[in-house]
Amino acid sequence: MTSTASTEKPRLSAKEVFGKIFHNQLFIPLVALVLLVVFNLATDPGFFKVSLEPNSSGNLVLSGNLITMIDYASELVILAIGMTLVTSASGGQDISVGATIAIAGSTILRIVKTQSPDISGGQFAGMIIVSFLLCVFVSALFGAFNGALVAFFKIQPMVATLILFTAGRSIAAWINNNDNISINDKRFGYFGNFIPGIPVPTPVFITILCLIVIALVLKFTNLRLYSQSVGINASSSRLNGINPKMIKLLTFVILGICVAVCGFIKVSRTSSITYSVIANNIEMDAILAVALGGNSLGGGKFNLTASVIGAYVIQFLTTTLYKFKEIDSSSISAYKAVVVILLIIISSPFVRKLFDDFKNKREAAKAEALAGKENT
Amino acid sequence: MSINSNALGSNKLKKRASLTDTNLLLIITIAVFVVMYICAVVFLKKGFTKPQMFFNILNENASLLVLSCGMTLVMITGGIDISVGQVTSLVCMACAVHLEKNGGNVFTSILIALGIGLAFGIVQGFLVAYLEFQPFIVTLAGLFFAKGMTTIVCSDRVAVTFEPFVKLCRTEITVPFMGSVNKKGIYIPAYVEVGVIVALVVVILLFCLLRWTKLGRNFYAVGGNNQSANMLGINVKLTKFLAHVLCGLCAGIGGYLFFLHACSGSPLHAQGAEMNAIASSIIGGTLLSGGVGNIIGTLFGVLSLSTIKNIVTSLGLEDAWWTNITVGVMLCIFLLVQSVILARKNNKKK
Repeated sequence: MTSTASTEKPRLSAKEVFGKIFHNQLFIPLVALVLLVVFNLATDPGFFKVSLEPNSSGNLVLSGNLITMIDYASELVILAIGMTLVTSASGGQDISVGATIAIAGSTILRIVKTQSPDISGGQFAGMIIVSFLLCVFVSALFGAFNGALVAFFKIQPMVATLILFTAGRSIAAWINNNDNISINDKRFGYFGNFIPGIPVPTPVFITILCLIVIALVLKFTNLRLYSQSVGINASSSRLNGINPKMIKLLTFVILGICVAVCGFIKVSRTSSITYSVIANNIEMDAILAVALGGNSLGGGKFNLTASVIGAYVIQFLTTTLYKFKEIDSSSISAYKAVVVILLIIISSPFVRKLFDDFKNKREAAKAEALAGKENT
Repeated sequence: MSINSNALGSNKLKKRASLTDTNLLLIITIAVFVVMYICAVVFLKKGFTKPQMFFNILNENASLLVLSCGMTLVMITGGIDISVGQVTSLVCMACAVHLEKNGGNVFTSILIALGIGLAFGIVQGFLVAYLEFQPFIVTLAGLFFAKGMTTIVCSDRVAVTFEPFVKLCRTEITVPFMGSVNKKGIYIPAYVEVGVIVALVVVILLFCLLRWTKLGRNFYAVGGNNQSANMLGINVKLTKFLAHVLCGLCAGIGGYLFFLHACSGSPLHAQGAEMNAIASSIIGGTLLSGGVGNIIGTLFGVLSLSTIKNIVTSLGLEDAWWTNITVGVMLCIFLLVQSVILARKNNKKK
């Protein structure tokens, strides 16, 4: 937005440039990110120190708060991609993602647990691929279930996904007969931790891969245009030859695939699963990432970059809060809720309108004063 | 509907159509409950034949009943409040800590419960009605805030041993003519807890509010069509705000009833209660799009939901996940029925 405007009118006053930046969608998440960085540097100058240290299995890996943050933000970023698309097309959010992650993880473990730990590398790779594909299939199916309820039965997305939100974790437990599974094969943990010899956590690579794939999809297909037009006005896009039902269904299936990837990373991190705890509260974070990115939660236009930055901000916030003395994991949500409400209030159209009104009034007053001077 | 029919006539027709739909949903709910209970009595027998089973369902779900009624109010105005479950948990914890560790008395604990509920209602209502945020996002934040606050107040289970309160918890109000005779031939009177009476009073009050007061009719008007309600001179923002405040108050009362039943505070209390409350409202015929709903329906929604839970448990499927799955399936079915009815209604309009 800023760049095109500046090419048309090369000479902009500083005020106009500021106005353009202020109204850019990336403004709020980036400011939040900068604020968090400054705050952390002020309280602890060594916060961003990154060092190369051997981990528990003896490999040299990068460690430090920054690396941990980027590593753990992976699931959130991948989810934010799917959530942004769903939000854009259907004007609602999927609150069942946490529960479906549990289902996806449970599906993978169901297959992997049957294999003995001493199979060869090739066989292991084959098994991982098969289990992952099955997991993608299952998650996409659950996504399609949500999508069908939303698209064909016209149920509000949040309520349609309420069904899986209630039952999802139970289904996950049922897939594995409520057994506590832990995989002893070290190779299974590579995908959520480190591959020996590579100092960067694997989830970071998976995230980058996902981002590249979605960028290519948005570049070479009409997905962006179609989902935005469906989100803005479903009936007029139908008259223009787009099938809004299929688009809505498609976005939910894409979210399902994102969920499958997240589930895979999640179970690989710990090589085990706890049905009631895995990916707990992640739906809140994913929705907030979308909201923080300045995307309208009522559907329509979206900016994926802003959502991704929003996801990193949320994870950054979590890491920062964890560092704060003795906050335990369950009470962290209270602090987060307060911060997030404040952020949403600041970025809301209502406050922006107030700000604009204030500016207009001031300008009007100035113009009046000028007119008064001319008269005298 | 002929083109020549005047506006008044078509209005009347529409009104009658929507009323039949509401009644249809209500009748479906009541029928489902009755059929389910009769099936349980005929096929399961275990205790379902005794009236006390029914009263136990009431005893266990008094708080859920109040929560669902509050939820119905908000859903009629077209909103939703998913914070009620965690507010319940927070109320339990705050009251337990107040009674046990700070030496408070029963009266002040009730004030605390109502205060917490009102505070949540007012803040969320303000954000939703006046700042025009999506109710789901605001109350999701409220949910997490309450969840965090509960653990901040105390992170362990607090059992209450405060004498007057325990006495209040244990009070059993005998229901006449409903007792049963056990194997030894001793007559055991049926009883309900204090909470049930409070819950029923709340149900009656809200029923009257929705049916006979101006505010109650405004709720329907706002939920039915925001803009026309505005044009009719209804203060839409205030109405939405009041719905959220009432829902918050219900969450406070429901929280205290849960506290009365559980007699303790714990961060794990009332987990997923908001989902049960929403499910009960939906099963009770409240439309998610707003404008349609009924407290009596909600009452039967709660009863159906808890009966099916009891049936699942007495079938021997005691693992917690079966309950969740059945609730999910039931919710799904009722949502589909609603969707079909709504589609039919829209077709009629055309």
